[in-house]
Parts: sequence; structure tokens; C-alpha cells
Amino acid sequence: MRARVLVVDDDPALAEMLGIILRTEGFTPTFVTDGEKALAAFKEHRPDIVLLDLMLPGMSGIDVAKAIRGESGVPIVMLTAKSDTVDIVLGLESGADDYIVKPFKPKELVARIRARLRRGDDVTPERLEIGKPGLQVQIDVPAHQVTLNGAEVKLTPLEFDLLVALARKPRQVFTRQVLLEQVWGYRHSADTRLVNVHVQRLRAKIEPDPERPQLIQTVRGVGYKAGLG
Amino acid sequence: MWLRRLGQGVGRTADRLSRPLVDRFRASLQLRVVASTLIASTVLVLIFSFVVAGSVTSGLLTERQDTAVEETENAVERAAEQLAPYGSTTDNTLATTMQRVVNELAEDPVYAPVIVLRTAKGDVTKSHPVSGVAVPSEELQAAVADRKIATQYGEFTLGDEESMPYLVVGSYIDLNIDYELYAFYPLESQQDAIGLLRTNLALAGIALVLLLGVIAALVTRLVVTPVREAARTSQRLAAGLLHERMEVRGSDDLARLAGSFNLMAENLQSQIRRLEEMSMMQRRFTSDVSHELRTPLATIRMAADLLYDNRDDFDPVTKRSTELLQDQINRFEDLLQELLEISRFDSGFASLEVDAVDVGRIAEDVVEGLSHLAGECGVIVTVKKPKRRVIAEVDPRRVQRILRNLVSNAIEHAEGKPVEITVAEGDTAVAVAVRDHGVGLKPGHADRVFDRFWRADPSRNRKTGGTGLGLAISLEDAKLHSGTLQAAGEPGKGTLFVLTLPLQSGNRVIASPIPLRFEAEPAEAATAADKADKEVPHATKD
Repeated sequence: MRARVLVVDDDPALAEMLGIILRTEGFTPTFVTDGEKALAAFKEHRPDIVLLDLMLPGMSGIDVAKAIRGESGVPIVMLTAKSDTVDIVLGLESGADDYIVKPFKPKELVARIRARLRRGDDVTPERLEIGKPGLQVQIDVPAHQVTLNGAEVKLTPLEFDLLVALARKPRQVFTRQVLLEQVWGYRHSADTRLVNVHVQRLRAKIEPDPERPQLIQTVRGVGYKAGLG
Repeated sequence: MWLRRLGQGVGRTADRLSRPLVDRFRASLQLRVVASTLIASTVLVLIFSFVVAGSVTSGLLTERQDTAVEETENAVERAAEQLAPYGSTTDNTLATTMQRVVNELAEDPVYAPVIVLRTAKGDVTKSHPVSGVAVPSEELQAAVADRKIATQYGEFTLGDEESMPYLVVGSYIDLNIDYELYAFYPLESQQDAIGLLRTNLALAGIALVLLLGVIAALVTRLVVTPVREAARTSQRLAAGLLHERMEVRGSDDLARLAGSFNLMAENLQSQIRRLEEMSMMQRRFTSDVSHELRTPLATIRMAADLLYDNRDDFDPVTKRSTELLQDQINRFEDLLQELLEISRFDSGFASLEVDAVDVGRIAEDVVEGLSHLAGECGVIVTVKKPKRRVIAEVDPRRVQRILRNLVSNAIEHAEGKPVEITVAEGDTAVAVAVRDHGVGLKPGHADRVFDRFWRADPSRNRKTGGTGLGLAISLEDAKLHSGTLQAAGEPGKGTLFVLTLPLQSGNRVIASPIPLRFEAEPAEAATAADKADKEVPHATKD
């Protein structure tokens, strides 16, 4: 089945070009030029992935990302012409899983989309556990289900992948570069902002006190590990 | 011995006690003014008191002396009348007469209460028993013997009374027998008057000095308070509280000070606000330009890539055109990227995203990422780094960018010879050295390589078509970390770049673990960091 891509961008030329590229690569794109209409289009088309421009007329890309996150955990890749840290971190915090700065190479964009769509291939039953009694996270990998002390926690697919990567090898410290490679599919990148922001988002969902994390601990100067209490 | 120790101890204690006082004295203008006023007024009051007391005393005594002399002359006349008949000291009645004369004179309230009459032979008749200093003094007796009227001041104890000051007037009575008459005038009232004067002067003096001290304190307070307020206000201004102002009261000099201070603050504030606005505009402009240029460029980029991927289907002319288009879009993209980065530095909006990361790992990642370029150029790149991690609080993206710039630069200019990268850690800093053995630098070019759009050899054909901004941006990136980036080289023998960054963000680089010392021999250059003990060769012939 061809993956559905919702493209939210106000530049018609760019949108058309994106359409050509995406169709060539075997995706089914839908286009919206206005932030206001993005959410309605999202509900109507139920895309597998969203490409979202940050600067939009009507409703900003940040707000669109938040609105979509309120509905579902579908992967969002930001297209941004701004490479300032503030803009990128703001976009990631509002719910985007990844970002790509304009101008980008088509192959790079396609690789990012594929990386975000590549999932659900695990069929071997795998159950993971981190934490201690009273603060226990259980992960049912094939079912994409996470429970914290028995109560279900809604995670986006990216947050889920991040948690699974850490939980598969508890106590092992993962550097940000390794996580970028395993979870995002990047190589040779030192953009640790992606990892930092998403670890924070994950902590906000599963840690009782995100300021003093117990389940996902920071190892200063190295990276992160899934803690055991 | 113990005395000296005690002395030293006392000295030390006094030192300890006086030091804060001295400090306070130095620090407070008010204290200084009050203290000097007190000292000056005390000296003045003391001088004034002495002069006044002296002149009043001498005035009083002179007056008393004049009347005393006059009275004594009268007494001498009266005594002479009664003593005239006696021709010899052997007369029996003489002593009785003398005593009578003395008693009469002493009882008469006009004359001195105490009279001493003496014949030249030494028979003394006194109205009272007189003791005290050689009464009357030899000097006085000598003067009287010379037939003069003379005076003497002195303390005498008469009878049972307490010792009192007296004025003694001595006179010679020239008769058949020679007599000397000494009259004692008490100076009690004068002494009382002088005592009262002294007390009053002392009281008035102390009151005056204190009053002057208080006045000085009040006046300096009037002046110092606004000055202190100005100091406080300017401190707050300096701390960034641009809305701080001084209170303007009245229309005196201090009010003018406050007024002009406020004007200055006002101007400063508006200047800063203007600069802030300009900076904001610059930032927004950069951001807008970035967006407006990048969106169409993204479309062009994708279209060109699509064409480029299908270039084998085109006729040779179109194919070559597509290739040129692709190359130049790459170049244009790099240039735009770096121009925006430079303008971000220029507008002061480049911010450091600090993370504690392994710098050695970043260096290895950069070399791995550039292995394709190294392979194209036939350059072998090696990384030497310490076994343990070199954790530094840096912005990993920026460090990666600096190293990518330095390494790709080195590969381009290496002319096929090996490139060595050395990571070393010091106490406070981490350094990365990038050394090639290629083209090298002409004398004087070591600093210019960091200039924007500067090229050592304009005619040189460059493989990757660098923008000319890479090293300028790298230098800015290093400066943003409070670090340094230096270059050294010799023509034909290669170039050495040393990047030094503080281990802890916010610190400065004092000394680099790798000194910038260019050695022409490759073997020597490799010893630049003895701490490096792990060699990671990156075979790049692929």
C-alpha cells in the first residue's frame, strides 16, 4: 500500500515539486496551503506522515503540530527555512519528530520520510520492562503498547522507538549519536537537539517527576540510559 | 621581655581596631569632612581661648597692681607719720608702735589686710603669721632695699586659711631708722573671675566644636546624599536597569546634577533601545531573507536534482548544462548558508547550545563523514586521541562545523599527502590540531586565512569550490566558545590549524594543550601531542 503524505506548505511551486518527487518515490501526497485547513485535511485523509512548513498563513506550523499531536501520534517532519535553534527547538517541542532545513536534497527528504515510516515490521513477540515495583514501565513491542504501573501511556511512534531502544539494553549508556542513528536513522550528525527534546518529551509522559528523572537518566558527557530505579 | 611582648600585643590589637576605622574613614567623604572640621575648629578654639584668657588675666592683674601700689604709698605715708619720732631701733616703745601701726593699717578696710613691717635691722612686725615661699622673696627685698616700690605674685598661707594667691607690694620708708613695709593684697576675687572665665571659655569652646561638627555633618550630608544616590543609580543603570532615575528636588546645583544625570540616563536608554531595535530588525531581516530565499531555492534544488538524476537520458549539451546547474546550485546553497551564518554572528544573535560531549568522538565522526572527499583526493586522514573520552562543554554542532571546515580544507590542500588530526586534553582546555603537508601558507598569510572571502591564490582551481567564508565562520564559532583558532604554515610544507576550547563553558582559554608550533618535519609534527596514545587510521582509498 502506498503511504499517504500530507504536505502543508504555502508555496505552490515547492508543493508541486514535492508532489513530483513524492509520486516518483511511490507515495500518495495530499496538499494544503493554509494552516487553518491543515487539521481538517488531516482528519479527512488520515495520512501516514505529515510534512509541515513552520511559517504558514492563518495558523502557524507550531500550532498545527500541536493540534495534530492532540489527535494522533502520526510522524511529523518539519520543513523549515529557519535554522535558528529557537525555531527548531520550538518546533520539536510542539510535537515534530524530525526536521529538515530548506533547501534540502530530495533524496535526503525521502530518506527521512522512509525512516519515520519504517516500523511495524517486528512481529516477534517481545516484552520489555524497566523500573522497579511501584515505578514500572512495561512495553509490548509488537502491540506498540506502553503501561506505567499498569496504566496505559500514549506515546508517539518516535517516543516509543526511543523508549524501546533504551529499554532493550537497560543500564547501557547510549550516546546521543548512537540514538540519532538507531532511532532517527542519521549518520555522522551531532545535532543533539533532536535527542534532548525528545527525551524530555518522553520523560514528561512516563516520569513522575521529569525534573528528577529515574527511569531515563542522563549520564553527563555521554548520553542517556534506562535506569532501574 | 614581657613588656615588649605586651607592647607588640597592644600594637596588634590597636592595628586590628584601627583598620576598619581607617577603611571607613577612607570610604566616607562625610566622615572625613566632619573629622577635619572637628580638628580645625578644636585648634582654632584652643588658640582663641588662650589668647582671651591671657589678655583678660593680665588686664585684671595690672589694674589690681596699680591700685595696690597707690594704696601702699598711702599706707607708707601713714606709717611714716607715726614712726618719724623714733631715732634709734633700741627705743623700747618702737616695737609697740610698729605693732600698732601694722594693726591699724591691717584693720583699716582701705588698705591691705595683711601688713609686714620690718626695720632694716630685721625686727619684723606682722599683722598675721605669714608662711609660704620666702616671704617676701629675696628679689623683692633687694628691690625694696634699693628704695623702690616693687611687687610680687605668690601663693601664701596666712594663719589658718588655705593657701591663696596674693599680690605683695613692698616699699621703703625713709626715716631716721630705715623701714620696709610689705602689704599683702589677696587676689581671690581675680582668681575667681579668671577661673569662671576659663570654665566658660572651655564650655563655650566644646559647645562650638561640637556644633561645628554637627553643622559639617549636616552640610556634607546634604551634598553627599545626592552624590550617593547618583552612585547607586548609576550602579543600577550599569546593571541594566535602564529605567532607574534620580529624584530631582528644587533647583540648586544638586538638582542640576540629578537633572543632567537623568538626561544622560535617558539618552543612554534611547540609544540602547535604538540599537536593540536595529539589532531586532537585522535579525528579522536575516530571518526573512533566509526564508524568502530558501523556499524558492528548495524548489530549484529539487528540480535540479531530478534533472541531474536523469541526465543520462539527455543529449550531451543538456546533460552538461544540468551538471553545471547542479554544481552551481550546490555552491549557491553553501554560500547562502554561510552568509546567513555570518550575518547571524554580526547581529550578535549566534547562541551557544552547550552540551557535555566527547570532542574526540566528534573529530572521528567528522573524518568519517569526509572519507568520500578524502578518497577522491587520495589523502589518508589519521586521528590521534587520548584513550579516555575528552568531555567538554561545547556546542556539538558548531564544533562539528569547525572541524569539518578544517579537515575538508586540509584534505583539499594536502596534495595527496597525509593529514593528521590530534586531539589533546589539558587541565582547562581541549585542543584539536589539524595538520597537512600540502600547499602551506606564505609568510603573513597565517592570520589572513580567517578573513572573509580571502584566498591565498585567486587563480587556484578548487575542487570543492569553497565559499571563502568557512574559516571566518570557524573563527567566529571558536570565539563564541571563548576559545581560539590559530593557523601556522610554511609554503610547500603544509599548514597547522589549532582549535582550543575551554573544557567548561563560560571559562576562557589560557593555554592550549597543543602549542601552535609549526615544524616542517612530519615526524616532529606528529609528536605535537604526546598525550595522544590511540591511533585510528582511516583508510580512505575507496
